[in-house]
Amino acid sequence: MDAGLFWEWVIKSLIIVLMLTAGFAYATLYERRVIARIQVRIGPNRAGPFGLLQPVADGIKLIFKEELTPAGADKVLFFLAPIITVLPSLVITAVVPWGDTVVIGGRVIRLYLTDINVGILYILAVASISVYGIVLAGWASNNKYALLGGLRSTAQMISYELALGLSFVGPILLAGSLSLMDIINAQKHLWFVVLQPAAFLLYFLASLAEVNRAPFDMPEAEQELTAGYHAEYSGMKFALFFMAEYIKMIAVAMIGASLFLGGFMGPFVDRFPWLGPVYLFLKVAVWLFVMIWLRATLPRIRYDRLMQLGWKVMFPLGLLNAVVTAFVVVLVGG
Amino acid sequence: MVMLREVSVDELRHLVSERALAGETMLLNMGPQHPSTHGVLRLLLELDGEIVVNCIPDIGFLHTGVEKNMEAKTYQKAEVMTDRLDYLNPIGNNLVYCLAVEKLVGLDVPPRAQAIRVILAELTRIASHLLWLGTSSLDLAAMSTFLYTMREREMILDIFEMCSGQRMMTTYVRPGGLWRDVPVEFEDAVRRVLEIMPRRIDEYERLLTTNELFLDRTRGIGVITAEECIQWGISGPVARAAGLKYDLRKVRPYSGYEQYEFDIPTQPDGDVYSRYRVRVEEMRQSLRIIRQALDKLPYGPVRSNNRKFVPPPRSELGVSMEAVIHHFKLWTEGFVAPKESVYAAIESPRGELGVFLEGDGGPKPYRVHYVTPSFANLQIMPLLTRNHFIADVVGIIGSIDIVLGDCDR
Repeated sequence: MDAGLFWEWVIKSLIIVLMLTAGFAYATLYERRVIARIQVRIGPNRAGPFGLLQPVADGIKLIFKEELTPAGADKVLFFLAPIITVLPSLVITAVVPWGDTVVIGGRVIRLYLTDINVGILYILAVASISVYGIVLAGWASNNKYALLGGLRSTAQMISYELALGLSFVGPILLAGSLSLMDIINAQKHLWFVVLQPAAFLLYFLASLAEVNRAPFDMPEAEQELTAGYHAEYSGMKFALFFMAEYIKMIAVAMIGASLFLGGFMGPFVDRFPWLGPVYLFLKVAVWLFVMIWLRATLPRIRYDRLMQLGWKVMFPLGLLNAVVTAFVVVLVGG
Repeated sequence: MVMLREVSVDELRHLVSERALAGETMLLNMGPQHPSTHGVLRLLLELDGEIVVNCIPDIGFLHTGVEKNMEAKTYQKAEVMTDRLDYLNPIGNNLVYCLAVEKLVGLDVPPRAQAIRVILAELTRIASHLLWLGTSSLDLAAMSTFLYTMREREMILDIFEMCSGQRMMTTYVRPGGLWRDVPVEFEDAVRRVLEIMPRRIDEYERLLTTNELFLDRTRGIGVITAEECIQWGISGPVARAAGLKYDLRKVRPYSGYEQYEFDIPTQPDGDVYSRYRVRVEEMRQSLRIIRQALDKLPYGPVRSNNRKFVPPPRSELGVSMEAVIHHFKLWTEGFVAPKESVYAAIESPRGELGVFLEGDGGPKPYRVHYVTPSFANLQIMPLLTRNHFIADVVGIIGSIDIVLGDCDR
């Protein structure tokens, strides 16, 4: 391993973390502006041109807020929970490619941090970690509402991870690989959303539940649980939970785009590899828009119905889809 | 730091089951500072997992002492306090109080004032139902509806401001008529509401009525039967949603409601969804009443000419000594009411809103008592929430449409 490669990795990791953090900041602004438009409001437009400095203002406010720790809280876990939640969301996109290779100064640089051959497994494994943060936050707060929120999210995330995992099986079978790069390259001519509509739908719904977005935002449930697991959090710890949520939104959009919408693939990307990140960005923006749109429109589904949907509809559907896809792949001559 | 009162089981020990005291079930204090309790209602929930075993409503956090205060004021001045009771139905509160005073002293109200009272009361009903629709769908996390209904409610509040100078605390209806005639722009503004509202109501219905997620959250939730409604003294949309065709505007018409053609919407099921359907349809019927009243709005005075009870117009004060005397008497001493008691009731957006008024022969009421629908309807919370999920509790609170100002007087 030469030093150049090492620095390349460091720089790419930094870029990923910075892009995701900036992405979090601007995803909040994007969401607020879009929802405001849907709800015949204007949204934040005071800080900077078009409100572009609003995330900065929010960040400064949250940093200077007093951090309260409830008297009966488990101090260590209360402090650890937001960190446990936010870390997986930062590292999960390490295996998602944002382009092929470009040449900078005579050096061929691959536009992804790493292309491990079990990329999908890595994603599933990392995604599972963040549930610990939420459960611990709910438990450590010593608040009944937070506890209920934490318990709900445990059940919800565990049930939906199954459907999420099964929805990955379709693209994996079609591409014959667990590496995201191979899956994207297999979609050069046809996006998998066409071949795997059921898996796409499963992935979309399960990912909404996985990142606690409406209509599956049960764990926070502002109306009944008054913000659920992060009810007792304030200041930057509170911001970390939101950071995790929004980064996860971006991450599932990136992963979903890679699995079903051809990732960085698009017209002329062979000749101009720099278009790769642009295409991926556009796909993620559209994906996020749909998530925000759903939040603005739909009522929240009830907890027991969510479980029913997860276990009785999505899980069998995922299994069926996996079996059918496997058969077809074998028959067509895989 | 403010020390908040903790959930004390001791305080409500006699209401809590043995299982809760033994720690088998969880006691959860919902409110009074909870975003979905519509004001300052406190519910002590006994939960088995997420299922509500028992629900104990605790009221009194918004007690204002309005009824008692009214005894210390003359009949005209006491009216100002009525706006603050059910703050979503100010005109209705004014109206029912004025009806009681008029009944007590035997005042006539000119037809124009009657018609304007009806128009404003129905506009208030629409405004109240709009706020209900917005907040109760917000409780189910359908948040855009809230902003849409606020947009339309604004048009109606603008009309109130135009008439009375106030958006909510109007005190516009006065014993013997109105404070003053409506301004010239009034008719156009109301016609604009009549024109826009039907389309907007359709819009809300498109968002919710057939929305699978909404149906899931509302159908079969918080069911009450017609018999139970009668037993508990429930009135208004909650009773009508259980199939009870009871509306004071038809049963005991006041302010000339008998002249207008309108239907009383009912639904058979008595669940949250039925209440939603009933209220949405009521908005349409209110528009129908307003249209009829506006079409045949008579000209003429808006205040009774009985100078013993109604102050003279300002124009007379400079030319008539008698008018000055009446004015002075009315605004210092007030008018004297006989030693009798009366009861007047109207159909408020929430149900039967009644006033019991007792005079003692002096210028101040001996006793004013409001019979309010929010108080009566809140009683059924334990009945409605039993064996439902905690998520349904907020939907049920929303569906019975309580206003805590109306509940604690």
